[in-house]
Amino acid sequence: MLLEIDDLALRYEAGPLVVEGLSLRLEAGEIGCLLGPSGCGKTSVLRAIAGFESPCAGEIRLGGECVAAAQRHVPPERRGVRVVFQDFALFPHLTVLENVAFGLRQLARGARHAAALEMLAVVRLPDLADRYPHELSGGQQQRVALARALVTRPRLILLDEPFSSLDTELREELAVEVRDILRSQGATALFVTHDQHESFALADRIGVMHSGHMVQWDTAYNLYHRPVSRFVADFVGQGVFINGRMAADGRVQTALGTPRSRAEHVLPPGTEVDVLLRPDDVVHDDGASMKAVVVKKVFRGATILYTLRLPDGTEILSLVPSHHDHPLGEAIGVRLDAEHVVVFPR
Amino acid sequence: MSRRRLPWSAWWFVLPVVLPLAAIFASALRALATPPEIWPHLLDYVLPQAALNTFWLVAGVALLAALLGITLGALVALTEFPGRRWFEWSLLLPLAAPGYVLAFVYIGLLDFAGPVQAMLRATGIHGFPEIRSRGGVILVLGLTLYPYVYLLAREAFRGQGARAMEAARSLGMSWREAFLHAALPLARPWIAGGVGLVVMETLADFGTVAAFNYDTFTTAIYKTWFALFSFDGAMQLAAVLVTVVLVLAVLEQRRRLRRRFVAATGAQVKRTRLGGGKALAATLLCGLVLAAAFILPLLQLIAWSVQSFAAEFSANYLGYLGRSLLLAASGALLIVAVAVLLGYALRNARGWQAQLLSRLASLGYALPGPVIAVGLFAVVAMASNGLTAGWRMLAGEEASAFHLQGTLAVLLIAYLARFLAVGFNPVESAFGRIGRNLDEAARSLGATSAELLARVHLPLLRGGVLTGAILAFVDVLKDMPITLMLRPYGWETLATRVFELTSEGEYARAALPAVAIVLAGMLPVLMLIRSLNAARNR
Repeated sequence: MLLEIDDLALRYEAGPLVVEGLSLRLEAGEIGCLLGPSGCGKTSVLRAIAGFESPCAGEIRLGGECVAAAQRHVPPERRGVRVVFQDFALFPHLTVLENVAFGLRQLARGARHAAALEMLAVVRLPDLADRYPHELSGGQQQRVALARALVTRPRLILLDEPFSSLDTELREELAVEVRDILRSQGATALFVTHDQHESFALADRIGVMHSGHMVQWDTAYNLYHRPVSRFVADFVGQGVFINGRMAADGRVQTALGTPRSRAEHVLPPGTEVDVLLRPDDVVHDDGASMKAVVVKKVFRGATILYTLRLPDGTEILSLVPSHHDHPLGEAIGVRLDAEHVVVFPR
Repeated sequence: MSRRRLPWSAWWFVLPVVLPLAAIFASALRALATPPEIWPHLLDYVLPQAALNTFWLVAGVALLAALLGITLGALVALTEFPGRRWFEWSLLLPLAAPGYVLAFVYIGLLDFAGPVQAMLRATGIHGFPEIRSRGGVILVLGLTLYPYVYLLAREAFRGQGARAMEAARSLGMSWREAFLHAALPLARPWIAGGVGLVVMETLADFGTVAAFNYDTFTTAIYKTWFALFSFDGAMQLAAVLVTVVLVLAVLEQRRRLRRRFVAATGAQVKRTRLGGGKALAATLLCGLVLAAAFILPLLQLIAWSVQSFAAEFSANYLGYLGRSLLLAASGALLIVAVAVLLGYALRNARGWQAQLLSRLASLGYALPGPVIAVGLFAVVAMASNGLTAGWRMLAGEEASAFHLQGTLAVLLIAYLARFLAVGFNPVESAFGRIGRNLDEAARSLGATSAELLARVHLPLLRGGVLTGAILAFVDVLKDMPITLMLRPYGWETLATRVFELTSEGEYARAALPAVAIVLAGMLPVLMLIRSLNAARNR
């Protein structure tokens, strides 16, 4: 296990705890992500791993070695952890090549520059070695920052909101590119973001954080389909909660039918529950007996996201191929298409 | 969290200013308990005269500088007249010449034996006013120091002031009314700031009043020590002066907290074009002030230098010059080195300790040179005695005594105490422009604190360090009282040579050393003019 964090707690000065009881594990070669709204403490965790903050409780181990604990603080420069900053923090007085070579002090000049050039080729910027940071575009600066971190073969790379200072259109493309670079170098990385699409595009494991706590540390699939709390269900992906009541055989009675509930959520029969319905759990079917009225629609190219109202007033979301174009007010047939649904006791 | 604490070692840097102050106040308390023999003399003669003279000097110079600064600032910022663009920057030039140079030039020109009175007597005119008078000092210091008020008033009038004038004019006020009721009240905080600087500089002045033989606190401290040979008496006088200065410094600090700087950017408001007679008057006034404060004295200096060149330009002169340059260069180096370390220590620090440290680092600039000189001398004397006693306990009573007084190291430490702020301010603001993320990026790439400073901070601080070094260099070069009071025996510099020749009435011979000081003094003024122009054109 490359990164192990146990019961981490952080606070600034004498203020309240900004992170509490946080634990996670990251294998070598994995890309992890801390996902959460701003102010949830995710960046503080990153800074604690880097060594810029000291935990007030808990422990951080890198490759089995304890780098931060109540009585222990390994300084940032001796942790073998590299940070790619939100604003990239390239040194303005150094060229691209010198920036990338900055962390290679122990090598001779020739070897240093050769290694830096090689890494610039990996991030596909071999021609910009002699430029200064201010002459580069945002995306290029980011790749230089990544190269600067990667070239030292760190144990772990931390990326703080890596795409937030870039144009929205570029982000997803760059996320895939960054993932491919990290993969090609076999690097282990942990990044923080508030954007779930970025985390889905980049990460193997995602931790959803909420006011200083880790709510769920899991794969993207599980966060979406098996959220452990309402917060995760709300924060990750779209969806609505509808009323339901547990039946005898692990099924749930809802306005849309009686799907099975997930095994871990089996509750005593008769329990009132909220049932999570994702837009893709509800399919449009002209032949269905259940009708729902279109109250809102958002065109998304290949699909249309409909907000539909059931006869009992419940509103649900449905993702429908975009050639099924229905005007507002029309009643369309819908049916539930989910093997299992997630329920939370009300 | 853990890495924001101020390192204890940072407090070493302010000891050169804190210890002398402590010594001065301790000595004052001791004197109150058991008055020394010299007290009756000091209380009856020296103190009242110094206090009275200082008071009238400060009042007169502040008034004259305010009058000149406001008038010239308003003319240049708000009106258009022939030569305005040129006067805009050249009116700052008088900052280059220290007051003591202007002083001896005017005394040499205008006193009884000087060429002007001789010429007047030849044409039968008598009764020329005595230049060596209160009015004379006030005139000379006012001409040297008005640029502080001028600069701040000009910037205030140019920005907000001009726009407020237009608003007032559009509401039906005449130009005069608009100026008095809109522009002037708006500029008041800046004018007050400029006058505050003038007051502090006047209190700190030594060379000008010494040339006029006009006894204020600073010269009284010097004379009590070097003519009455009462070091304790000098300490008591320093205690009085330093109390006045500290009260003023605190008041200024509080006032400044309420002032917000409004940059003079945005659209330039159209200036009022002055008509024939008024335009001529404006040009004449600016020209007169510039001529009196800078051009005439400079020409006279050059004339005297040429006249005395053969006699004065000798190995001795090169010695003064070399020692001045050596002191200024090593002083500047020490000052920026401490400024960088202090800036680095304060970079990540928060809280009252950091604030106190940064205040103390700038405090020395408010303290007159003689105060720092006597205070530091007392501390060094105490340290020497302590070392001697300790050494004799180890090596026996016959061991030789330590004499740290009168060493170059003490002189340099005094410069550090007095001029640290000069180097610290540009370095600190350069530090402020370096993003904190760069520190963390370098640390995470394996750089230690020393490497971070050497490989990231210093290259990025270059501009600020250079500015600080030049300013400190020139201030040390111009300094008269500290050099005079703490220099090693027989160690003459350009400034002490000017002092010596001035007190002997050898004005023409003082010109050559003075010219070098004025030329060096032009450097920061030209830098200031350039940076103001650059800021405007941005």
